[in-house]
Amino acid sequence: MAFAAFSGGSEKSSYKVPRKNSTKVALALLLPGMIYLALFFITPLASLVATSLEVPDASGEIGRYQYGFEIGNYWYVIQTYWPHIARSFVYALAATILSLLISYPLAYFIGVRARKWPLIQKLALALVIAPFFISFLLRTFAWKQIFSNESWIVTTLQSLHVLAPDQYLVGTDFMVIFGLTYNFIPFMTLPLYTSLERLDLRLLEAGSDLYATPAKVFRKVTLPITMPGIISGTLMTFIPIAGDYINASRDFLGSSGTQMIGNVVETNFLRINDYPSASALSVLLMAAILGLVVFYVRRSGTEDLL
Amino acid sequence: MRYSLGRAALPLYAILAFVYLLIPIVYTFIFSFNNTFKSNITWRGFTFNNWLTVCEEQGVCEAFGNSILIGVVSTVVATALGTAIAIALVRYEFKFRSAVSLLLFLPMATPEIVLGAGLASQFFNFGAEKGIGTVIIAHVMFCLSFVVVTVKARVSSLDPALEEAGSDLYASPSHVFWKITFPLLMPGILSAALLSFALSFDDFIITNFNAGAATTFPKFVYTAASKGIPAAANVVGSAVFLVAILIVVGVQIRSTIKERRLRAVR
Repeated sequence: MAFAAFSGGSEKSSYKVPRKNSTKVALALLLPGMIYLALFFITPLASLVATSLEVPDASGEIGRYQYGFEIGNYWYVIQTYWPHIARSFVYALAATILSLLISYPLAYFIGVRARKWPLIQKLALALVIAPFFISFLLRTFAWKQIFSNESWIVTTLQSLHVLAPDQYLVGTDFMVIFGLTYNFIPFMTLPLYTSLERLDLRLLEAGSDLYATPAKVFRKVTLPITMPGIISGTLMTFIPIAGDYINASRDFLGSSGTQMIGNVVETNFLRINDYPSASALSVLLMAAILGLVVFYVRRSGTEDLL
Repeated sequence: MRYSLGRAALPLYAILAFVYLLIPIVYTFIFSFNNTFKSNITWRGFTFNNWLTVCEEQGVCEAFGNSILIGVVSTVVATALGTAIAIALVRYEFKFRSAVSLLLFLPMATPEIVLGAGLASQFFNFGAEKGIGTVIIAHVMFCLSFVVVTVKARVSSLDPALEEAGSDLYASPSHVFWKITFPLLMPGILSAALLSFALSFDDFIITNFNAGAATTFPKFVYTAASKGIPAAANVVGSAVFLVAILIVVGVQIRSTIKERRLRAVR
């Protein structure tokens, strides 16, 4: 999948071998990892659902809850936090579309145009991955400084009357979407690159030989062939963006007006010990994303994700 | 000619995109040399001081050490578990194959905040003390699937004739595995381990939910952000960046040399 690009390009040769029929060995290889995931992935999700239904403890002490079956918790979080929920999905949608628009030409350059120069191709790929090597938080904070209220960018925009004298960039929707787009571009570019790298250029020639305009060749040939990369890339960006809370945090690019689901979950879980509502919000986010993944993957007809 | 303009447009665009991708990295690097006074916001002159006195900044080196420890331990465990699964997926026939694939895909499709909050609620319900141990448990969990995906690609590109040749020459199955399969899988396992370490080292969200009072480097940066991040954090970030680039270049050079040798033999 997407991360094949990390291992120095996708492995092309695949041997068709009859699989060995030794259940014992297969189990011995599979079980440790599967038990691990059952213990630390599946049961935590179940624990999250259980916590989301809890009610305050009889003692009434803050942060103490007991087992309950309070579906009302969900109704409560939807009513209270619907602006955060809506904002998360709007931000995620905007940032995903932006990173697709930015990444596609870039991936096209690396995967198609740079084919003739393997060295440039390798260097370009390294540059795409380079941001991963420096802390995500440091990168985001760097943008905050670059666009800070006293920065030349903001003062120039103010003197050009693009921004009002009392208007700034940090803390706005624009800034948060900018940060989200920036941070997740590699997750979009790598899967796009993987599918563009395999694009057979003779198909494009055939298209233009049959008098299709370049635009039509792109729409009818390139785009459909690279659809798996687009799907994988959009999922790889949309999912982490919808759950992110660094960019939207007050200490980074956001303000109190840009808080996303993640910020609420963090505050409720780690600061005010409101575990049930934090859990209910997480379960809602998970359900929405799973629904989206299933819908998206079904519509586009690629069910083989792994 | 429109055609030639189009030819030049794409490379130019790519250069602009790379500049955009690199701006925050360059910024972080430059400001690691800033002669700071109280805050590291405005440029006040060049100095090597921040690099020479990194550990004098309270907590930065301890956090960095914790991150390395957590990264190494979770990488070793996740790589071992994941490699076994990858071999089973490609080479063995078993029931519930699609259930196994789904169980491996789901952690990658789950937002980090859900993984983090879920584990934290489990630790809370069981009364487990949060600390470095719980962070390692969490990191192994989310690195596992990425290891499987990476190693799986390598296993499927492995020519089975090599292993068959080994057993035809009377090598025992375990002998075949350790002498033939494992060395051939090594590049895949290595890149899986590197990816896993990178994911663990840079993780913040899941860590923040499960670390309790323990700090890691990203957690240090997050906590410092409200007052302004000290230059020492820029130093650590830049140093890690340089080491990572060296490793990537080294691996690349090594594989190029190997390819050349193989070609020479043929």
